Amino acid sequence: MLSSLQRNAYIAATASTLVLVLAIVVGSRRLQNFDPALVGYLFGTIFACFGIAYRFACWLQRPPTWRFFCRTGEILFSRRGPRLIGIIFSEAIQKLLLQRFILQRGKRRWIGHMTMAWGCLLGFAVTIPLTFGWIAFTLKQGTTSIYVANAFGFPVLQFPLHSFLAFLIFHVLDWASFAVIFGVGILMYRRITNPGLIATQTFRDDWLPLVLLMAIAVTGLGLTLDYERLKGSVHQFMAITHELTVILFLVWLPFGKLFHIVQRPMQVGVDLYRRLGAEGEQAVCPHTGEAYATAMHIEDLKTVTRQLGFDYTRADGSSHLDLSPRGKRAALARAHSKARQESGGYFG
Amino acid sequence: MIAPQFNTEMEFFMDPQRCIGCHACEMACAECETNGQLPMITVDYVKRATSPQTVMQICMHCEDPACAKVCPADAIVKDEFGVVMSANTSRCVGCSNCVLACPFGVPKKVELSDLMMKCNMCYDRTSVGKRPMCATVCPSGALWYGTREKLERLRPNSTPINTFVFGKQEVKTKVHYMMPKGSTKLVVD
Repeated sequence: MLSSLQRNAYIAATASTLVLVLAIVVGSRRLQNFDPALVGYLFGTIFACFGIAYRFACWLQRPPTWRFFCRTGEILFSRRGPRLIGIIFSEAIQKLLLQRFILQRGKRRWIGHMTMAWGCLLGFAVTIPLTFGWIAFTLKQGTTSIYVANAFGFPVLQFPLHSFLAFLIFHVLDWASFAVIFGVGILMYRRITNPGLIATQTFRDDWLPLVLLMAIAVTGLGLTLDYERLKGSVHQFMAITHELTVILFLVWLPFGKLFHIVQRPMQVGVDLYRRLGAEGEQAVCPHTGEAYATAMHIEDLKTVTRQLGFDYTRADGSSHLDLSPRGKRAALARAHSKARQESGGYFG
Repeated sequence: MIAPQFNTEMEFFMDPQRCIGCHACEMACAECETNGQLPMITVDYVKRATSPQTVMQICMHCEDPACAKVCPADAIVKDEFGVVMSANTSRCVGCSNCVLACPFGVPKKVELSDLMMKCNMCYDRTSVGKRPMCATVCPSGALWYGTREKLERLRPNSTPINTFVFGKQEVKTKVHYMMPKGSTKLVVD
């Protein structure tokens, strides 16, 4: 018997998958532009869509996540919404595109993550539309040296076959692979030299994504090497190993570390929540007498903790959550001190 | 990967009454390899205006951690030995839910990095059978890591407890507080 959480997630995942399949059929002009050689990648991507939508729906239904999601919606659709568009863009650029919060954690780490992330995103941006048949390349009618790029069946770009532009376009996945290999190399180096990471890392969560990305990038470059230098002599081997690594990656994507790509935009919503909260009433700690959070945040947390089965309500109707972190530590110290005092001695 | 080899006979005991406010634990904590040179322990004056009493606080590693439950990004997990880990850096969105929901006031938000960090009981050390940094340097025994048998010999008039009451909420932890002999729990408020 499915719980309501699972049922909702199944509905969301099934609906998302059906929409995707419909978009593939329509976008590829009833599969006219679909490349049958990519069918393995297609099924991998459809599975990834189902898995990501399922996990996303489960994640969204968790009380704290749902609370932030609803609050962000309230903010965006309130009268203040339109004037926040500039802030949203600015935060999205800082946090999602430039990932400046990672720069604060370490420069080399940021360079590694940026090159890996942008290499992956460039790869996704090329391979997903190609796999879906949304982008297809054809020769210009009546010529043998002009290539035409079609998006959704409409010509959008044409270029000579032996031009520099053609070289850049035909090797775009190679550029992405070089970026991924460089970034993954830096991050792997961190993981074998940083004692803190060595102590806490796990193969499933920390190494598997790096190993998979490295395997995809190396086998992808192998395909180019094969047709550029080896006259296609190892094509089958390279094609199958690349396809297998990509499909493995797609199947694992919804369950592993890279799901954070889907979660990360929430950081922009959290920032809006804090900014808007800062304009309103502040929670003041009874111990320190200082504001320590927004009143909205504390009230939301009281609701969320109750939903999760925690009840910090005190006898006088107030809550332990009304105290700032420092106030909580002091309350604990005072209670301990009192217990010692009542026992007749401070030490034992 | 190196499999953690916790010595499960070793436990963490803290006695805030013994804290002398020397901050040695803070300095040692910053040496922990998992923290990136930031101290995760806190040393406070309880009420500076009226008393010189100081108190240190480490993560108590709750059996049912509120910080992990309120995390909207699933960034905090408890491992098989009961250690509640610091936020997963790839997931934490810096919302501060954990900072504000922890009944012990432990997690810290690093604003620039948009990241929550907390004590993970010196995972690099305890997972290979060593003592946490803070417990190795505490001169007064306020932070003590060792076997229960040895502790009973050293502190015959105290009882370790790991049950705390905050309002209507009872919280059980992996780390123990030293209380007067015969105590079973600490009622905070």
